[in-house]
Amino acid sequence: MNAVLEFITRIFNKDGVASKNVAKERLRLVLVHDRANVSPQLLQDLKADLIKVISSYLEIDEEALEVNFENSENQVALIANIPVKNVRRPVS
Amino acid sequence: MGEVIVVTSGKGGVGKTTTTANLGTGLAQLGYKVSLVDADIGLRNLDVVLGLENRIVYDITDVTGGHCRMRQALIKDKRYDGLFLLPAAQTKDKSAVNPDQMKVLCEDLRQEFDFVIIDCPAGIEQGFRNAIAGADRAIVVTTPEVSAVRDADRIVGLLEAAELRDPKLIVNRVRYKMVKAGDMMSIDDIIDILAIDLLGVVPEDEMVVITTNRGEPVVSDDRCRSGAAYRNIVRRITGEQVPLLSLDEGGFMGKIRRMIGFK
Repeated sequence: MNAVLEFITRIFNKDGVASKNVAKERLRLVLVHDRANVSPQLLQDLKADLIKVISSYLEIDEEALEVNFENSENQVALIANIPVKNVRRPVS
Repeated sequence: MGEVIVVTSGKGGVGKTTTTANLGTGLAQLGYKVSLVDADIGLRNLDVVLGLENRIVYDITDVTGGHCRMRQALIKDKRYDGLFLLPAAQTKDKSAVNPDQMKVLCEDLRQEFDFVIIDCPAGIEQGFRNAIAGADRAIVVTTPEVSAVRDADRIVGLLEAAELRDPKLIVNRVRYKMVKAGDMMSIDDIIDILAIDLLGVVPEDEMVVITTNRGEPVVSDDRCRSGAAYRNIVRRITGEQVPLLSLDEGGFMGKIRRMIGFK
């Protein structure tokens, strides 16, 4: 009976994604952080420093600023999305 | 001069001790002189897996502490010529031994043995650092689960940081049916993620439980698939090229063929 039930749930599994693919994708993402040895705290600090540095040149939308690690083809990239509101005028 | 190999995994329960016992027994069956070292101080287990628990007099801390000679602490396995065990201490903790002492111990053992195989404790703390201190190469054991693969990845990083480059991977407890149904990561998936060389694949097998109950490593059982998988891994360790065991159980006819002794 159990086997029949299992079979039916399998057929009607609407997600259609094999669970191993879910596992692999989750692993990929978690390993990006593990390998870069990045804690959420570090990412926050990095973000704060980025804002500090960039703000002296550009006016940016601090709320919308996104900093993340992305993984593609065995490479990890630091991707920062920084919306610019305005360019500061040169002081002199 | 023998070779010192550490068997490690990060995560507990993936089969380090079982792997160590089987590789050691398998190598001894091929005629090599092998010493197994249980580096899991405080959680001694390799002795029961090998069925040698009743013969322990001295342990690894007695040797490093100078209370006995190496020869006195090594237990000879009477079933397999050339197989010896250096048991862990059960009543002490990991700090009873330090990495420098482990290096000396491994140097001593490699003078007498062809292979010294160290069973590393789970975790990445002092027990791990002790276990890898004197090793020439490392075998990383994992299972096709996210937690085990993640920990294996961490271990690979730590091994590299400790100058133990090019570790080899054993994927343990693979269930072929689930892989086929897409419900378990395949060997290719795991290799893809960890990016290290594969040493072997061991299928999930009830015989491992049954033989371990009796204290006899499964590698000496000629009829089961996990035993064959371990024998292949052993031959690869000695440098032989052995193709991967097909994980396909071959359906009904395959089962019958295996029952009557054809592989």
